[in-house]
Parts: sequence; structure tokens; C-alpha cells
Amino acid sequence: MTATRAQAVSQAPRAIVEVEGVAKVYPGGTEALNHITLDFPEGQLTTLLGPSGCGKTTLLKIIAGLIPATAGEVRVDGRRVTGPGPERAFVFQDFALMPWATVLRNVAFGLELRGVARSEREAIAEKYIGQVGLKGFEKAYPHELSGGMRQRVGLARALTVNAKVLLMDEPFSAVDEQTRRKFQEDLLALVAQERKTFIFVTHSIEEAVYVSDRIVLLSRRPSRVSQIVEPDIPRGDDPEDIRRDPVYIDTVEEIWQGLKKYLD
Amino acid sequence: MTLSIFGVNIRVPMFCSLIIWAALWEVVGQSGASFIIPPLSAIFARIVEIVPTASFADALWITGKAFLLGNLIAVVFGVPLGVVMGRSVIADRIFLPWVNLFLSAPLTALVPVIMVIFGLGETTIVMTVVLFAVWIIVLDARAGVRSISPSLVEMAQVFGASRWQAFSKVYVLAALPEILSGVRLGMIRAVKGVVIGQLLVSIIGFGHLFELYSSRFLMEHFWALLFVLFAFAFTLNEVLAWLERKVDYYAAARH
Repeated sequence: MTATRAQAVSQAPRAIVEVEGVAKVYPGGTEALNHITLDFPEGQLTTLLGPSGCGKTTLLKIIAGLIPATAGEVRVDGRRVTGPGPERAFVFQDFALMPWATVLRNVAFGLELRGVARSEREAIAEKYIGQVGLKGFEKAYPHELSGGMRQRVGLARALTVNAKVLLMDEPFSAVDEQTRRKFQEDLLALVAQERKTFIFVTHSIEEAVYVSDRIVLLSRRPSRVSQIVEPDIPRGDDPEDIRRDPVYIDTVEEIWQGLKKYLD
Repeated sequence: MTLSIFGVNIRVPMFCSLIIWAALWEVVGQSGASFIIPPLSAIFARIVEIVPTASFADALWITGKAFLLGNLIAVVFGVPLGVVMGRSVIADRIFLPWVNLFLSAPLTALVPVIMVIFGLGETTIVMTVVLFAVWIIVLDARAGVRSISPSLVEMAQVFGASRWQAFSKVYVLAALPEILSGVRLGMIRAVKGVVIGQLLVSIIGFGHLFELYSSRFLMEHFWALLFVLFAFAFTLNEVLAWLERKVDYYAAARH
């Protein structure tokens, strides 16, 4: 285990997203983030984990360029973030699908906004609809789909724009438990296949340990980085093995002990 | 509605009460108690008589034109204003007091002002329709935009929508159920507007006919015309309500 970690350090991937001294104070004086400095390595899945209301989503939205930071800056690919950009895509907790549009149009929407020709963008969208396992549902409307399927649409939409960084805001929290597990397995396959950088927000320790290369634990509001955990779990062929792996179980326990002090 | 007659429960459709009222009207009319209330059968005979005439067709054409044009202007002007007010705090502060004022104001009193500005013609009728219809359209479009889920707004931003794209591809469509109900309520007010406008101008359209019939005490004609207008307003409302129900799943899927 020490050996693999050393190896990982020697080949340390560059940081594609850099958060430097970011603070957020909401109008009214609520201090959400307290000077957070954090790097997100390229090609990895980093999870922001912390107690409810700790500002995980706030940090994610600052990285997305949806809300401005009060202090500090975020750089993506070395460029300072001033708003949303094509190198970042977002997966929403409540899916944020357009109820009047078909799955195909929803998935192709990012490309539609960029002015990509209809036939071209639909071909790309169809490819990703297939990839998230929704083949045959291209003409369906969101209200005809289950929660899990809707989030697959949200995921396909984020993949379609071919962004380098995928920001996911508790994407599986509105999905039932069975679907959630399947989702987590699919996400691992996706991370391995897509070679994108994922920034994932969750409040579930198990989920974080299961899907992450790196887990950033945030303290209670005003948030700071309290700990960074890199679960060293062998990712074999069978995704079910992970949940039985002793390292998985130990890491969950370790994080739980770390977060426990923030309860009450 | 369930009636109990001799211990037997009989389901009676709601419209049966209409039949009772109609029979009562007929009896009063036949008795000749008042010249204002002619027998209902005579009124319906008049409807059949009036509707195919040239003067009716003429009035219908003028009224229909003013009604549709007025509504079109109200929608084209009202929906964007409502959307902008829903998205921008500044625009909202500037316009909301006026919209609320005009929504509750007795607009009939303003029609003479319009008459002074636009003269005794069709333009006045069109402007009266706009005046009656536009405010509720603005207010409903505003409400619709304000109830769009914040994540849909963020979605448009994240995927790089320009202001115009966000407006035309997301906000208007997301607010469509409310916009449609605003248009429906606007049209019902527009019916009032077109009739009041024509009554006050009273030289064109149905206003002219009303004026003609009432000044000559042709009460059967008068009622016949009124019934036709009532039926028109009712049908319009039902058609728009049906259309609204067709996009209802939006609202359900929104949250």
C-alpha cells in the first residue's frame, strides 16, 4: 500500500482545477467557506464530503462559475474563472431537465446552445444516450422517466459537451438506493473510460469512498479543509468486490471517526 | 347532483338546473310581465334570424379583428415584459406598481381617454382590448418565470446560454403554464374590453348593434346578441382551459 502510494506521488497528475484562498460570505453575514485552498488532479475523481450545510455545494458552484467567491480565486487549466465555461459541465442534484423537451433534445442542449448543427449534435447526443444506458428512450419526455433515468439524462447532457471537468452536485441523492448502487458502479466505469476530471459532492461516506480517488473532508460552516483521504482500494473487474474490501470498510470507518466530531 | 324523489335517488346532470331556469324564463316571458323579458323561445328564434344577416357578419368581423389584434399586441408586449420583470429586480421595481394598479383599476373609466387619443374608430377598440388584457398577462408571465426552478436557470448558465437563448429557449417555455393561464384570463378580460369599447364608441361592431337594438326597444334582438356573446366567451374559456391542461405536466414535472 505504501509502495503504490509512493508510485502515485511520483507520477502525480497536474492540478487542472486550483482553488486558492476561496471564501464565501453570503449577504446577511453567513460565512459558508473560510479560505479554502485545494487542488484537483487531472483525470481523477475528487469528492467533497462534509456535514449537511457545510458549503460543499457552494464550493462546487463557485468552481462552476455560477456564484462569485467573496475572496480568493479559482483557476481551471491555469485560467481564472469568472463565469461558466465550456471546459466545465455540471450535473444537478434535481436533474434540471427541460420538461418540454425530449431526452434527445435535453442531452443535445449544450451543443444546441453552442450552435452545433442539428444532425451533428443529435448524433453525438445519441452516442452518449447509449453510453448511459438509455438507448430507445431518445423520444421520451422527462416526466415519462424514473428518477434514476432522469439523472442518466443529466449525466449524458454533461458528457455531450465534452468538458474536461465534470462537476456533480449530489447527483444520486434524489435516486432510490438500488438505482444509486448501480449508478455508482456505472460512474466508476465512466471515470475509467472518459479520462475526465470529476468533482463530486456527496454527504454519503460510503458513496464517497466507493467512487473516489481522493476525498476532501470539509469541516462545519465556515468550511475549511479538515482532511484529505486517498482510499487505496484495488479497483478490480467486479465492482461488488470494492464494498467487501477491508480497505473500503476501514476507510469508511476512518472518515466516520473524523466527521463524528462535527455532529451535534 | 343527486335528487331524491319518492325515496328513489336519481342522478341529475348539472345542466338540468339550466333547463329549469330556461322554463321559468319562458313562463315569465309568455306572461308578458315586462317588455324587457321576452320569451326565451322568441330570443332563440331571433338568434337564428340575426346570425346569418350581413350586419351581424359585419359586426362579428370588426369585433373579431379588434379582439384578435388587441390580444396579439397584449401577448407580444405583455409576455416579454412579464419575463423581464420576473428575472430582473430593477425592472420589477419599476413596473410592478403600475401593473398592479392597472390590474385592479376600473379600466372602463379610461376608455374615454383612449377615445380622445385614438378617435372614434377601430384603433380605440383595439387599444381598449390591449388595456383590458395586458396586465394579467404580464403578472402571470412574471409569476411563471419566478417559479422556474433555480437549477434550470443555472443549467442554462452552465451550458453557456446567452441572455437571448436563456429567454427564448428556457424561461418562456418553463413559464408556459402560467403564461397560458395569463393569456386565458387576459382573453376573458379582452371580451369585456371589446364589448365595453364598442358600447362606448357605439358606432361600430356589436356596440353599434346593441345601441341600435336597445334604442328601438328590440329586446329579443338585444338578448339574442347577448346570448351569442356569452356563448362566445364561454367557448373561448373552455378551449384555452383545455389547452392549458395539455401543458399541465410541465408544472408537475417542474419540482
